[in-house]
Amino acid sequence: MPRQGLQTVNKAQTLSKEAYDFKNKRVSIMNKVMPILLFLCASVSVLTTIGIVVTLISETYQFFQKIPIFDFLFGTKWSPLIPPKSFGVLPLLSGTLMITFIACLVAIPLGLASAIYLSEYAPKRVRKIVKPILEVLAGVPTIVYGYFALSLITPLIQSIFNSAGVFNALSAGIVVGIMIIPMVCSLSEDAMSSVPRTLRDGAYALGATRFEVALKIVVPAAFSGIVASAVLAFSRAIGETMIVTVAAGSTPNMTANPLDSIQTMTAYIVQVSLGDTPHGTIEYGSIFAVGMTLFVITFLLNILAQYIARKFREEY
Amino acid sequence: MEALININKLNLFYGAFHALKDVSLTIPEKAITAFIGPSGCGKSTLLRTLNRMNDMIPGTRIEGGIAIGGTEIYSNEVDVETLRKKVGMVFQQPNPFPKSIYDNVAYGPRLHGITSKRELDEIVETSLKSAVLWEEVKDHLKRSAFGLSGGQQQRLCIARALAVNPNILLMDEATSALDPISTLKIEELAQELKDKYTIVMVTHNMHQAARVSNQTVFFLNGEVIEYSDTEKLFSNPTDQRTEDYISGRFG
Repeated sequence: MPRQGLQTVNKAQTLSKEAYDFKNKRVSIMNKVMPILLFLCASVSVLTTIGIVVTLISETYQFFQKIPIFDFLFGTKWSPLIPPKSFGVLPLLSGTLMITFIACLVAIPLGLASAIYLSEYAPKRVRKIVKPILEVLAGVPTIVYGYFALSLITPLIQSIFNSAGVFNALSAGIVVGIMIIPMVCSLSEDAMSSVPRTLRDGAYALGATRFEVALKIVVPAAFSGIVASAVLAFSRAIGETMIVTVAAGSTPNMTANPLDSIQTMTAYIVQVSLGDTPHGTIEYGSIFAVGMTLFVITFLLNILAQYIARKFREEY
Repeated sequence: MEALININKLNLFYGAFHALKDVSLTIPEKAITAFIGPSGCGKSTLLRTLNRMNDMIPGTRIEGGIAIGGTEIYSNEVDVETLRKKVGMVFQQPNPFPKSIYDNVAYGPRLHGITSKRELDEIVETSLKSAVLWEEVKDHLKRSAFGLSGGQQQRLCIARALAVNPNILLMDEATSALDPISTLKIEELAQELKDKYTIVMVTHNMHQAARVSNQTVFFLNGEVIEYSDTEKLFSNPTDQRTEDYISGRFG
């Protein structure tokens, strides 16, 4: 009998020992492996960025060995394929900026207005239907937009302005604008609907109308988000390729007339990439210089956006 | 005390939910009326009908009438914005706008078309003085309202409401998010304001109602059970349920 008692005690001891064994091998390996795995996944995009920047810089550097950087930045004639060759980027830059300007003129007011409608006026049911549709619009392939510009908007413009060419900046700009409306709208709407209800109530209780609340309370409170959406839209418009390649033409043209055919930086890159320009030539190098210009502009814009967003943040 | 607000057989529905049932009530002018009752009894809902803030909630339906100074506020001729200008409101959570102290107070007057700097300065000063905040903030009116303490923010919200020159001030549990000292300040402020304004307050705190108000209304499940002079209601309630509630047996 005493022996049996001893056994029970022993059993209890081993049990408690197991219960307090915290060394679980499987979990500790997982804890070590998972962060590394996740880090590798994250580094894919970082490494890609580094790779792109390094390629851009080295090719651009080689290009500027042959063409003086001053001639590139301030030259007003872009004729890389037809002699006498000239590599002044300003015509491409002005073409790009014109498209971007027109696009923003279309997208920012319309996007903002629809965001205000969705966030302040629309019944919940309407918002639930409209927002996903807008986001689908953002997923339409840009080539489709390109032919939309060419086959619908351009004839429309031509019927109003006789001087408009088949390829013109206005048509492409408008359609780029239409393309980025959903982005402006969706991001602005997110910013507006995260403005707390209590702020709106405060204004309503002072006798503000819906429109006054939207314009004087919600928009200022969401301003940093709205600016961020606008700048993002701007850089999206600058980088847009397919629509301008299809609808804006391929004549590097330093003009202020939106009815003229122009060429954007992106469209030029496409043109050279599609052609049979041999690797290592100046023409080939020029697309990297143009790409670098584009990269610097969007990079600066992103910094600007962050600065504005921080500066104008209204905390609530 | 003259009755300023007449509520007559008011029924309010949120969709299918019957939130206020046959509420009839008069609220006296230039006095403090407190609404008390357990959560969900309809006291805040009734308060929000007085400046039609419930209009904003989809599916709200109202039957019966509310007259303020003889005008039926749910009639078609009433301009909601003008009504809200005359019936100010202070909320549970202090909700200053993300602007400076000055701009918070000037927001309402500007909204209603006052642009002269001199006039605005005057309104801001008198409103902040009425809300007993002037001495604390007069040297940094341009600073963000978020730098103020919770109690100061709430007094700023009161100043903001007073700046559009209302007759009535609704306080929706205006002290429930504040510490005891700030609460006391707001209560003292309410006492001062009642000489000029008609105040209706919703409170969870029975002691507050007893301390501050002239008339108390007891709500239960969307009905008004009893209303009378505060002193009478707390010392000698006529309804058993009122007695149970104020003696802490439920709620």
